[in-house]
Amino acid sequence: MSALTFTLKIQPRQRVDLSPLTPDNLADKPAAEIAAIELYSGKQKLRADTVFDIAGDDASNIVIANSCNKLDFIGHGMKTGRISIHGNAGSYLGLQMRNGEIVLHGDADAFAASGLSGGLIHIHGNVGDFLAAAIAGDKQGMKGGTVIVTGNAGERVGDQMRRGLLLVEGNVGSYCASRMLAGTIGVFGAVGEYAGYGMRHGTLLLTQTPALHATIQDCGLHTLPFLSLMFKSFSNLPTKFAKINKNRVQRYAGDLANDGKGEILVLQ
Amino acid sequence: MIINGVTIDNTFAEAFNMRGTRVIITAQNLKWAYNGANAMTGFATSVIGCGVEAGIERELSPTETPDGRPGVTILMFAMGSAVLMKQLETRMGQCILTCPTAAAFSGIDSGYPEITRINLGKNLRFFGDGFQTSKQFGGKRYWRVPVMDGEFITEETTGMVRAVGGGNFLVLAESQPQALAACEAAIEAMRKIPNVIMPFPGGVVRSGSKVGSKYKSMFASTNDAFCPTLKGLTRTELSPGIESVMEIVIDGLTDADIRKATRAGIAAACELGAQNGIKRISAGNYGGKLGPFHFHLREIMNDESLGKKIA
Repeated sequence: MSALTFTLKIQPRQRVDLSPLTPDNLADKPAAEIAAIELYSGKQKLRADTVFDIAGDDASNIVIANSCNKLDFIGHGMKTGRISIHGNAGSYLGLQMRNGEIVLHGDADAFAASGLSGGLIHIHGNVGDFLAAAIAGDKQGMKGGTVIVTGNAGERVGDQMRRGLLLVEGNVGSYCASRMLAGTIGVFGAVGEYAGYGMRHGTLLLTQTPALHATIQDCGLHTLPFLSLMFKSFSNLPTKFAKINKNRVQRYAGDLANDGKGEILVLQ
Repeated sequence: MIINGVTIDNTFAEAFNMRGTRVIITAQNLKWAYNGANAMTGFATSVIGCGVEAGIERELSPTETPDGRPGVTILMFAMGSAVLMKQLETRMGQCILTCPTAAAFSGIDSGYPEITRINLGKNLRFFGDGFQTSKQFGGKRYWRVPVMDGEFITEETTGMVRAVGGGNFLVLAESQPQALAACEAAIEAMRKIPNVIMPFPGGVVRSGSKVGSKYKSMFASTNDAFCPTLKGLTRTELSPGIESVMEIVIDGLTDADIRKATRAGIAAACELGAQNGIKRISAGNYGGKLGPFHFHLREIMNDESLGKKIA
């Protein structure tokens, strides 16, 4: 069995909704049926085989080749299997994904990992705004699982994030961890203004002290044993966070304007 | 059966179903892990008066513990799950939450047919008065409770399994010091066996009991048949040369663990041999009617799959 490969053969003029192309949805479907799947693009419906050259037969291992940033909703709600994307991805990558793995070799657009509740999304590139944030109308962003971004992320990373682990190896924009409910966000690089804005619970782990707004309070320098547990749990993850072995941090708590039980930990 | 001049009685130890759990206690160093673990396993010799039987199983190196600090493992046994859960929670709250730098983790996650998750720090978190936070790593939930020395870390639950309690053997010797020396040697050997504890002081008990008493309020009383000072008064089990008897009681996670420990202990006691005053090894039972597990001493000592060959 070889990976079920979708190679983009057109330059889409409008955004294309790839949500039907998940391992669970394509499992046991014959090639003809997969070719006939209709994908929304604006108000049009496009047959999958008019957008992609389709090869291979292992639906548990989907490859999207020659991908571009107009392909939205990749891995929407997927529960199992693996999707590898070569090229960029559009918005809503892994929206409400429950399990499985998405590996993106390129950049992703806004709202990646929104509503994620399990599995792993590994992005070898940069991400747009609202990474792991709640989409309009939702009250919670990411709810579980693991996201690793090797590049930079935009603004509002982890907005209303509820649970799970989000690791960004590059820099992130403003309002990182805004309105965060719980979970863990790690940022290796710099963060923009208003980190932890409206944060209720959860942990934002940083390597450099950001400019903090008035309702984030300094709680002093501490050695926290739970960090050893946390870094140990990273040891199997493909990220440079796994190499950190420190538990000495400056602890800032906040946002006092919103319950104030969240924390920003800056590794020393 | 005679080993190094010591007679192994043709009898058996009778043991019971219990519920058991294991907890990993870590701390800044072994000294403080022991301070916490000793407190938690204190006053836990017998379920009759203490609710649970508990002891320290072994030391853990920093590479073996979840948080990379030195630690020890505790085994705790009770006759029922409700008592075990209650005692675990009380002892965690009074002995580990209070112990500087100590943290507690689940010691049973896999390897047994039936594992029930019971509360370890789940309710202790409320000591945090709203400042407690939870973290999930690798599918496990941990609680961080702010305390005066920093943060108390505890896993939310640990595993409870069906276990076996009350395995035992008796060392019959020519004098009290000789009985104690044999028991000390036995305990030293048995502490190397995993999954068992010997819950009595130093692992040894001198007040073996029989069921019933002449007094209405007592449901157990001294085992007069093995009391050397009553040799002329009761239907004694002791021959004239025996002046002191001591017992080692064993609780284990499985009956196979108790077999291994029994063999290691008897072998060590017999190594001192008749020349050091060790005359006989016997065991306590209730005629085989009460406990479902019977540990026949001779069978265990003949079974070379349980441990090294005995001369």
